[in-house]
Parts: sequence; C-alpha cells; structure tokens
Amino acid sequence: MTAAERDAGTGNEALNGAEVLLRVLDEEGVEVIFGYPGGAVLPIYDALFKQDRIRHILVRHEQAAVHAAEAYARSTGKVGVVLVTSGPGATNAVTGLVDALMDSIPLVCLAGQVPTKLIGNDAFQEADTTGITRPATKHNYLVREPGTLAQIVREAFEVARSGRPGPVLVDLPKDITVGKAPLTKPALSRLQRLRHQGGPDAEAIAQTLEAMKTAKRPLFYTGGGIINSGPEASDLLRRLARKTGFPVTSTLMGLGAFPSPDPQFLGMLGMHGSVEANMATHGCDLLIALGSRFDDRVTGRVDAFSPNSFKVHADIDPSQIDKIVPVDVRIEGDVRDTLEALLEGWGETPAPDLSTWWNQIASWRSVDGFGFTQDMAPSAVIRPQHAVRRLYELAKETGRDTFVSTEVGQHQMWAAQHFQFDKPNRWLTSGGLGTMGYGLPAAVGAQVAHPDALVIDIAGEASTLMNIQELGTIAQYRLPVKIFILNNHYMGMVRQWQELLHGSRYSQSYSEALPDFVKLAEAFHATGMRATHVGELDDVIRRMLAHDGPVVADICVAEGENCYPMIPSGAAHNQMLLGPDQDSEAAGLTEEGKMLV
Amino acid sequence: MTETIQNSVISVLIEDESGALARVVGLFSGRGYNIESLTVALVDAEQKLSRITVLTSGTPMVIQQIKAQLKRLIPVHDVCDLTEEGPYVGRELALVKVVSSGERRTEALRIADSFRARPVDTTATSFVFELTGSPEKIDAFIELMRSLGLAEVSRTGIAAIGRGPSVFHLNKEPV
Repeated sequence: MTAAERDAGTGNEALNGAEVLLRVLDEEGVEVIFGYPGGAVLPIYDALFKQDRIRHILVRHEQAAVHAAEAYARSTGKVGVVLVTSGPGATNAVTGLVDALMDSIPLVCLAGQVPTKLIGNDAFQEADTTGITRPATKHNYLVREPGTLAQIVREAFEVARSGRPGPVLVDLPKDITVGKAPLTKPALSRLQRLRHQGGPDAEAIAQTLEAMKTAKRPLFYTGGGIINSGPEASDLLRRLARKTGFPVTSTLMGLGAFPSPDPQFLGMLGMHGSVEANMATHGCDLLIALGSRFDDRVTGRVDAFSPNSFKVHADIDPSQIDKIVPVDVRIEGDVRDTLEALLEGWGETPAPDLSTWWNQIASWRSVDGFGFTQDMAPSAVIRPQHAVRRLYELAKETGRDTFVSTEVGQHQMWAAQHFQFDKPNRWLTSGGLGTMGYGLPAAVGAQVAHPDALVIDIAGEASTLMNIQELGTIAQYRLPVKIFILNNHYMGMVRQWQELLHGSRYSQSYSEALPDFVKLAEAFHATGMRATHVGELDDVIRRMLAHDGPVVADICVAEGENCYPMIPSGAAHNQMLLGPDQDSEAAGLTEEGKMLV
Repeated sequence: MTETIQNSVISVLIEDESGALARVVGLFSGRGYNIESLTVALVDAEQKLSRITVLTSGTPMVIQQIKAQLKRLIPVHDVCDLTEEGPYVGRELALVKVVSSGERRTEALRIADSFRARPVDTTATSFVFELTGSPEKIDAFIELMRSLGLAEVSRTGIAAIGRGPSVFHLNKEPV
C-alpha cells in the first residue's frame, strides 16, 4: 500500500477490523451472509449484532453455509458470502468450496483464524486454512496487516466474480478483526491485468461463422458458462439458435439457458443424456461448445467423442480449451460477447436448409430414451420418473417462479431429464464435484434469495440425510422449502453401478434404519407427507405445493429402478444402454471401463 | 495414439507473496505434472516479483495445460515457455564434494580444471568444487567424480533466460 492510499482511508473514524470488514461487504452490495459463529469470529459477530444492513442466516453446519451461499449466488448472479470460524469451521467449509470451484460459483468465504502471534503454535481451533484451501479455492488470502484488510476483501470479491467465477477465502486472524484498521478506499486494482481485454478474436469468430454457414449437421453444445455469463447470454443463445435453426444440447450445469420444452432443444447430453443429444453429438459435422468444458460425464470415451466434427470451443478460461478434446477454433472470452459477435456476424443470413439433419434427429428422438411405463392402478408402485414428471406438471400449474435444487444420484438425473426449465438460474445442482447433501442447504440459499418463489429440493433419501440438520435452519427462518424425497431405500446410483458392473452385489448401498421422514419433519416443525402408491401421488404433490410452510414429502418409489439411457464409463455416445433388457457388452460395458468412475 | 514426451523450460514471473511458491508446486502435484527441477528467487525488489524456472516434461497437450493452468494463478504475472519461444541459455550451479587422497585426488583436481570447476573449499583429504553449466555438463562431471571419491552433491536446478535482445516481461502497465 502506498502512502497516498493510506491517506485516502478514513482511519480517523477508528473502526475495528470487524467493522471495516462489514463496511466493505456493504459497499460490495452484500445483503446476506450464511454462517456459523465461533471463538475466532466473535468480533465479527459482535459487529454484525450492532448493524442492520446485512442479514445473517445461521445454518447448522458450515458445509451447508457454503452450499446455501452457492445457491444464493447461482440463483441471483451475485457473489455468495460465507462466514465461518477457525479450525473445524473452516475445514467443514472445504467440501462446499471445492463444489463451488468445480461449478464456477462466485463466493467469498470469510474464515476466522487464531491471532497472528499464535499462528503455527497448534493453538486451540487452529488449522492451516490457507494451506488446506489453496487447491479448494480460486484464490485465498491471509490478512496479516490491518492496513491491507479492506483492500484484500475488495479484491476477494473482484477475484470471485471476474473471469471464470469461483470461491475465494479470506483468513482473518482475531487480532486483525479486534484491532483498529483503516477503511481504505478502493485503490487502482492490482488485478487489472486479470481482466479480459476486448472481445473475442475476430479471426476466430470469422472461422466459426464460415463453418456455421457450410455445416450440414451443426450442433450447439452449451454449458454452465452461459448461466454464469448472465441472463443476457441465455437470451443471445436463444436468438442465435432461432436465426440459424441449429439444434441445441446442454450439459447438466447449463440447463435452463435454453428452454427445455423447445423443439430445437435436444435435452441434456452425456452419461444420462437423451438419445437424440448423444447421437447428434456423435454424428454432427460442426460442434460449437459454448461455456462448457468437455467433462468426462459429457464426453464418454474421449477418442470416440464426436469423431467427425469440426470443433469450436468458446470459454472464458483459456485453460479449458484443448484440455481434453483438441479443437479447431478456440475463442477466449466471455460467452456473452462471443454470442453477440456470432449473432452480429450471422446478420440476416437466412437459416440454412438442415431438413436432412432434423429428420435424422427426429428418428433418434422417436426412440424416447427417457420413456417409462407407469401402471396407473391406484395401488401401483410409483416410478421415480413419473413422480418427477407429475411434480413438474403440477408445479407448472401453480404459475409460480420455481427453483429446483437436487442432491446427487439417480434422482438428480431423473430431475434433469424430466423437470423442464425455460429460464436460467432456476436449476441448482452439484455437477462437477457431485456432492451428496448439496440440495437441502441449496434450497435454503435459493429461498432466502427469493422469498416468494417456489423452491423444491428434489432429493434422494440417502443424500438428503447428509445435511438433514438444515431442517433447523428452515424452521428458524420459516422458509417454505419443499423437500421432495424419491425414497427407494438405496443409494440408487451406487446400487445401479453394482448391478451393472459388480454382479448385483449390493455392498453397503442399502439404506438401513431410515428415519420416518414424516415424523422427522414434525420434529423440525415442518409438515411431513407420504405417498406410498401412485394413487396418492398427485394429492401429496398438490398439498405440498399448496402448503405455505416447509414440507418434507416422502415419496416411496420403485426400489430397483435404473436411470437410462446410460453411457457406461469408457463407452462412446453411440453405445448407450437404453434399458435393462439390452446386452451390456454390446453397449460398450468393458473391464477397462470398470476402472473409470 | 502415441504422443511424444518433451522437456520444457518454463519461466514464471510471480508476485513475491506468502504461499506463492506453494501455489505453483501444489498445481504441479495436484494435477500430476512432472517437476524435474525448480528454482526460485526474487528478481525485482521494487515490484516484488520472483522468477521461477521449472524444468518439466509431458506431451505437447500437457505442456500447454501447464502453461494455461499457471496463468490462472492470481499472483502469476506472466508465463514463458523458453523451449518453445526460441534459443535460451540454461545454467545450473552445483557444489560437489570429493573425498580422496593420492592419485585419485590429483586426478579429481585435473578433471575439475578441464570442466572449469573451482575448488571453493579445500582440506588435506577433500575438495568442494563449484561448477556451473548445463545440467548435462554437471551430470558428466559428477559421473567422472564417481570413481574419484564423490561424497556429496548439491545442485540448484536450472535457471534460464532467452537469448538475444527480446525481453520476456516488460511490465509497462501498473500492477
């Protein structure tokens, strides 16, 4: 810090570090913090107590604070903020930080630390938080001097939201928050060099447009980058798809950027993607990746991925381009700018005749890989896909703005397949890290951000137990969250893999000794409901949606249901398993694939 | 698909702040990249910039990834692949202790002289030789000392810089 910067501060107000911290948060537009107190952050909690501009949501576990902040961030486009104490507070937050890192969610996590003089002495509740979180964050800081506090916190927000967003941790020793600190004004950012200069490369855009105009079988493959880029990017994608008539597929993280009921939308691609999306990815002659990263859940066998296509990859993070699949054209930059440049370049060019391609897609579509048969006799067992479809249809009837979070596993894939989204930022799921226990705290974060919206956690009984303590948070803040549990008494995805790859030896995947979810709800001051047969399903969903408080709905579904289509690990997109009757070896299920996750 | 493994010398200009080196080393170990050698020292006290020279190896796609991943680190100002960008000078310093007497001692001194290795510590029964040069030259010297009483080796790893007037980092903009 230069002398000029120091003088620019208003140190004469004699604020302590905790007060300076809150002032900076306020200036950064922070309205809500998700956190849990403890010894090292007492000064910050004291400062919170004395102000009323920033609201604090008390969670029941630090991991949940991070997931709630993630959902808050993803559903609003703002930076989510977390406050945890030193030692176990910080280590409990690590899973959430990695989750945010993998899914590019902007977060600032403020962690307490023992006083600077005690660092390194194995003090009570001391952990090397910056060391532990170095690979778990986009960047992290340890504040050692009071004079740098304000600037570091401002910079943390800038790092979190700039470029490819991600989590940033600021470690705050107690002497820094207790002692006086200057409220320095924002200095000329030392991060200017990080900001992306100018728009996408004109030559790359020209090459892409050229390929678009001559392609016979083009495909847009869109990802979470479109969501991160803001609603404007989703709007531009829709316009570009209209103008060109190209089909669109999306990753799990990108759902909602393009309306899923739209005929131009082929559904999600990848391991549990639609037949038409995967076959189109395999068969296209032009693949335009927009804000997606060729994750292994998307590509399947990499050397057989989209083998005959000219590939364009647009991403804000240059390290993602040519990481897994080598491409022909690389476009670095914000996908919004890329879409804008493509739209402008396309101009009034009429949409090319792609009828042969669309006919081919229609024949793949007719396979109906997501299809299932629900016996509608009232006493019939509920199939989980049917439960999700009815939930979607009945939620849609309410006309309410709806946010859906999920846990991780089969129910997550069924939600992605059968729940439809027509707006971005409504779909909250743990994609990259695959964190069981994400959905319930995520629903908390979304409901806090959107108090009047309908917020549903589509859950599995095993995942939701991983953060079930958040029912306490839901009760405390009277959050009318709906927890819709597809209860099949199994860690369903584990069971499915054991069936397909390990000779149906269901090792440790049965959910023994489950709680009575109705009573559990009641114990946490929520309403419990249960549907055991298909005849009860609609009524339970309707009552759940109509209830103005939190609901836990225990939906007892078929235990042995598998999630299809499925591209087994190590197989190619044209080797999908479509259902239980198919020969698994013909579908590329190999010993080699068994070693992959 | 067989891909050739290549060696690369990569220079990194990084802000001299706490944990900066750990970020670089952690990136290599976390992503399974190879470090053959690594040197680091402050090179610009005014701007607090350190220069790291990493000798690494991998397929061309992996080398590209290493550079792209290094550039993502917030304190990293610039990354330069000296192997790719043209001719460079790479030098390493070694301190080599040789304990021997008689014929072997004389022979060690003679060979050291031909390598321009200087004795920087001498006792009746030992030498410590200081030697700079390419890693290959140092390897060759150590190999020759093996039968002449080689006792201990300390090497710095390679420090490298591009040849000619072009400069890796001009650093004109405010940081």
